[in-house]
Formats: sequence, structure tokens, C-alpha cells
Amino acid sequence: MRRAFSNMALGGILILIGTAAAVAQVSGDVVKIGVLTDMTGAYSDLAGQGSVIAAQMAAEDFGGKVLGKPIVIISADHQNKADVASNIARKWYDEEQVDAIADLVSSSTALAVMPVAAEKKRITLISGAASTPIEGEKCTAYNVHYTYNTYSMAVGTGRAVVQKGGKTWFFIVADYVFGKTLEADTSKVVIASGGKVLGDVKAPFPTTDFSSYLLQAQASGAQIIGLANAGADTINAIKQANEFGITKKQSLAGLLVFLSDIHSLGLPVAKGMYLTTAFYWDRNGESRKWSKRFFERHKKMPTMVQAGVYSSLTHYFNAIKAAGTDDADKVMAKMKQMPVNDFFARNGHIGADGLHRHDMYLAQVKSPAESKYPWDYYKIVKTIPAPEAFQPPDPICPQVKK
Amino acid sequence: MIAAGFNRAQWGYAVLVVVGLAAPFYVYPVFAMNVLCLALFASAFNLLLGYSGLLSFGHAAFLGAGGYVTLEVIRAWRLPIELAIIVGTVVAVLLGIIFGALAIRRSGIYFAMITLGFAQVVYFLVLQMPWTGGEDGLQGVSRGKLLGIVNLQGNLAMYYFVYAVFLAGFWIIHRTIHSPFGHVLRAIRENEPRAISLGYDVDRYKLLAFVISAGLSGLAGSMKALVVQSANLSDVHWHRSGAVVLMTLLGGMGTTLGPSVGALIVAALENYLASYGSWIAVITGGVFIACVLAFRRGIVGEIRALVKRSF
Repeated sequence: MRRAFSNMALGGILILIGTAAAVAQVSGDVVKIGVLTDMTGAYSDLAGQGSVIAAQMAAEDFGGKVLGKPIVIISADHQNKADVASNIARKWYDEEQVDAIADLVSSSTALAVMPVAAEKKRITLISGAASTPIEGEKCTAYNVHYTYNTYSMAVGTGRAVVQKGGKTWFFIVADYVFGKTLEADTSKVVIASGGKVLGDVKAPFPTTDFSSYLLQAQASGAQIIGLANAGADTINAIKQANEFGITKKQSLAGLLVFLSDIHSLGLPVAKGMYLTTAFYWDRNGESRKWSKRFFERHKKMPTMVQAGVYSSLTHYFNAIKAAGTDDADKVMAKMKQMPVNDFFARNGHIGADGLHRHDMYLAQVKSPAESKYPWDYYKIVKTIPAPEAFQPPDPICPQVKK
Repeated sequence: MIAAGFNRAQWGYAVLVVVGLAAPFYVYPVFAMNVLCLALFASAFNLLLGYSGLLSFGHAAFLGAGGYVTLEVIRAWRLPIELAIIVGTVVAVLLGIIFGALAIRRSGIYFAMITLGFAQVVYFLVLQMPWTGGEDGLQGVSRGKLLGIVNLQGNLAMYYFVYAVFLAGFWIIHRTIHSPFGHVLRAIRENEPRAISLGYDVDRYKLLAFVISAGLSGLAGSMKALVVQSANLSDVHWHRSGAVVLMTLLGGMGTTLGPSVGALIVAALENYLASYGSWIAVITGGVFIACVLAFRRGIVGEIRALVKRSF
């Protein structure tokens, strides 16, 4: 009896010490998340304020605390400029004890922040950026590429369009790393599926007047005009292609299209388009439930980027809890070890290269007649299983052990 | 009296040097380094605008070229950083010779347009050349070690290095302004035909001023790129050429300290208003208009005028 009591006491003391130690492990006595995103530019609709709201929801849903220490969310506008992004990140890590930076929409800003984060041994949770070099030659040990990448877009949309008979392609490419990798990845898929690439034209990012690029695309005579761009660029290109009547003879394939883009375009213009997405709000009960809560705060349904911000942060908080510390190395190890299971992903796994591999969905935009209620835009055509949707780890990334 | 050998201006400089030494303990060092680089850039620009009366609208080309070249030679050739800075500066000097030789044949708005044209050529080269990384720029280049000994990865060590380079650059500008050469420049600014009639080879003076200005801008660009360990398109964009005009006018054109004060104000606005995103441009625009309307001589210029009137 006495022995049992002393054991219990000892256990109690150990637990106390354990929690005390765990508490002491949180740097700065606060877990600080910086949401670095485009607040006013071409990508503000698909990420922007919605990403900040998603991050705040993630913190609140986690109880506002992890390991007994408060979670603080701060945000800033990187204006899609690499230098602004890396300056803010440096300041956040140096001055404001930010533990992790989330979202990082646009590949140039993500690639600018990643080396800063790696140097400071802090974590980046990329949801908005898409380029495959993020987990390839530019990969770092402290990065998670969470939501999607250009490879998964190519596999989904590129293959589906070729299979529907779109054999010849011409690309309009956003002239920076994202557009170029999206074009390269899609070209590979098109050729592998038996299609042909006739040519491409690079448009600066961001572009408002696509007329000269569209005319080149028209002159190429390709069946499919692949739009290797995103956000406002895609919207402008699609609208202008419609105005020029190009869509009567040729079809457009938006290689990266977000829910917010469809909302801006309207179903009469966008109907029938194929797109690949990591998340659709109306896919099942769980996603609907979360999205409706999000809608109440943002007045817009979430894009996959915004849902990804929430899910990646929740996974990050869980990893801190499991590791008992916010030390970046230990938290990264936990994040890569624990599967992701929530409304966003089923059995998602983060690889050694930092890429989160999970199922993707090929969707088709509904016609106005099929759409029954607001934001009823997609029908999910098929689920692309994770091994097919994402490339295997590339040995060019030093973290990948052969 | 200890101050026997010091006049009032020298005392002023001594105080400023001490402020500079103490700065990294009170403000964020990376911010302070950025201010120093921009201050050197604006001071170099002022040598041209304030003392030679030449409004260049393409100085970003030199800043950016210095930065890109410095990082690239560190990355590709593994040059030690002091050599890399020299290479960056030399490239800016060469660019300065080419641009300057052609641009100084014209004056006023035509001079500005020619320099802008050249700067745009550099911008598009940087955008399209394979080694500059286009929209992504050059990233993640290590600061390395100074002379193989001092590790510059720490912000404090880097600050004092930047500070030393800034002081050296500032000293060169100061010497240039107060040398006979500087007086000839001012004579050209005030009345070019008269300077010609006095027998000065005006073009040579202008070209030399242009090249010194370009070289020091390149030096500022090299340092700036090393501080943030990246070179980006915004360093060569014409916005940067406009910003340096703003800094110089805000602080006081044709004053030694003015451009540095202007650089401090513009950098502080950018830093502390970062959360307002693209609204910064609107706010700096407003400050610029207020400055032009209310105190035309710029901040330092107005203070100097005030001091002259009161004493």
C-alpha cells in the first residue's frame, strides 16, 4: 500500500517535472505564427485575408494554446515580391520570435523565404506556392509543401484534357519559376499521354492585357491553350479569350484554377472546364462543416490554399504537442512521422523532401443549370490517389536518402 | 580646449559616427544595414544630381548590377566576399563608363530619358538572362567570412563591416565634393557655357562624376545584396531609380548629409509601415508632395538655411 502510494507520488512528481520541462521548451513562451501572403495583388483572392482567417481559426480550434502557451497569429503582405518577403521573414525570425511562417503564396516569395528559414532553423508551411523545385533542388530540412504542386496539377488537368481529345497544346506561361515549372510538368504529361506541344509564350507576372499572347496562341492553331498561370492572370486570360472569340475554335485549359477564380469568372464562362484541386468545400460532410464556419467569417467559401493553411497549422500544433517542444528539428520529425487525417486530407504523409502527399481531385465546373445553390461550382470527376498525384521524392533534394 | 582642432561641422560628424556605432544595439541591425546601404546609394546619386546638376533616372541599374554580380561571383566562382564586392563595384563602374559616355552628350530631360532607357535595358537583361533567376532573383547566398577570419553570418559583425564601407564611401564623396574637382562640378551645374569658356573640359568632368557615382552605387548594391543575401528584380526596377530621387530631394539635394537622412526616412517608412502593404507607395507619395510643397530645400537643406539665418 505504502509502496503503491510512493509510486504514485513519484509518478506525479515525474509528470509535474515532465510538464514543467515541456513548458520550458516553448521558445519565448508563445507559439507565434506569421501568415505571409499577398493581401492586395493578383493572388489576394485565393490566399490573402482568407488565409489569415484560416490561421486564426486553426489557433482558436486548437484552444488558443499549445503545451499551455498561447498561440499568436500575425500577418503581413509580401506584395508577391521576393525581397519584401525575405525581409519580412528575416525580421519576424530575428525580432519577433516567429516560430513558423505559413501560406507563402507565389513561388518566388516561397523560394526567397525558405533559405532564410533554414538558416534560422525555423519552419515554413507552404500552402500557396506550387513549384516543384520547392521539394526538389531548392528543398530545405525545415519546409513543408502542404497543399498542392505543379506536378499534381499537370497530372490531373493535363491528362484529363488529353484523354478528352485535346491533343495539340500551346502554353501561355507566367514568366517566373511557377509558370515555367507548371509548363514543364504539364508538357511531360501531355507528351506521355500521346499529345503534342506546339509552342509557348511567356507573359510577365502580373499581366492585365493578354491580347498579344492570346493572338499568338490562336495563330499556333493548337486545340488547347494551356494557361500556366494563376489567380488574376488566369481570370484575365480566360475573360479576354472569350471576348476575342478564341474559345469558339480552341479550348482553354486553366492548369491552376481556384474556387475564387471560378467565382470571379462566373459559371457561364467557366462551365465545363476541368481543374485539379486538393480541396473542395462541398465534397463531403466534414469539408462542408468546416467551410461553412469559414464562410461565416470570410463571406467567401475557402479555396484549397486557405483550407491548406488551416490544416497545415493544425498538423503543426499537433506535432508540437506530440514532441513536447516547439524546437524546429523535433517538430519537423513529428510532422513527417504523423499522418494527416482531417477534413482536408485522408492519410496524408509528409515525405523527407517536405512534400505533403495526399489525394487530389479532378473536378469539372458545373453549368449554370446544374448549380443549385451559391458556390455550387464543381462536380468531382475522380479522386487521384496520392502516389499518382505527386511525384516520388527526388534525390536531387539532399534530405532524400537514397 | 580639447576642441581646438574641431569646428562645429566636425563635431557634428563625430556625434553622428558615434550614433552609427551604437545604432545596432537600439534598432534591428538588418534594418540599420539597409539604411546605410541606401544612404550610400543616395549620397552617390546626390553627387550627380546635387553637385553636377545631372538628373539620372537609371541609377537602379548600377545598384542592381553591383548586387547581382557580387552574389553571382560568390555563388559561381566561390570568390571571397571582399573580392566579390570589388568585382561588383568594377562592373558598376564599367556600366557607368558606357552609360555615362553616351548620356552626358545630352542634358536635362534627355539625359534623364537616356539613363532610364539604359536602366530598362539592364532590367530586361536581368529578367531574361539565365543566371539572374528572373522573377525569383538570386537567393540564399552565404555572407561568408571577411578576409577569411571574421564570420559575417552574425548581424552585428556584418553591421560593422557595412558601417565601415559606408564611412569609406561617404568619405570619398565628401572629399570629391570639397576638392577642386567638386568646385568645378558646381561651376558646371551653375553655368555650363561659362565653365567651358574658362577652359574646362566639361564632358570629362561630367563623365568622371557619373562614373564615381555609378561605382559607389554599385558598391552600395553589393553591400545591400550581401546584407539580405539576395538580389531581386526590385533592385534594378525603375521604382528604385525613382526612390533614390525621392530620398535625395526629401533629405536635401546638394547637402552632404541630406541623402542619408532621406534614405533613413524612406527606409523607416517602408519598414514600419510594412503591414500596410502596397499602401506604402501612397504614403511615401504623400510625404514627397508635402516635402516639395512645404520645404523645398529638403530636411537638411531647410535646417541648414535656418541655422544660417539664426547665427
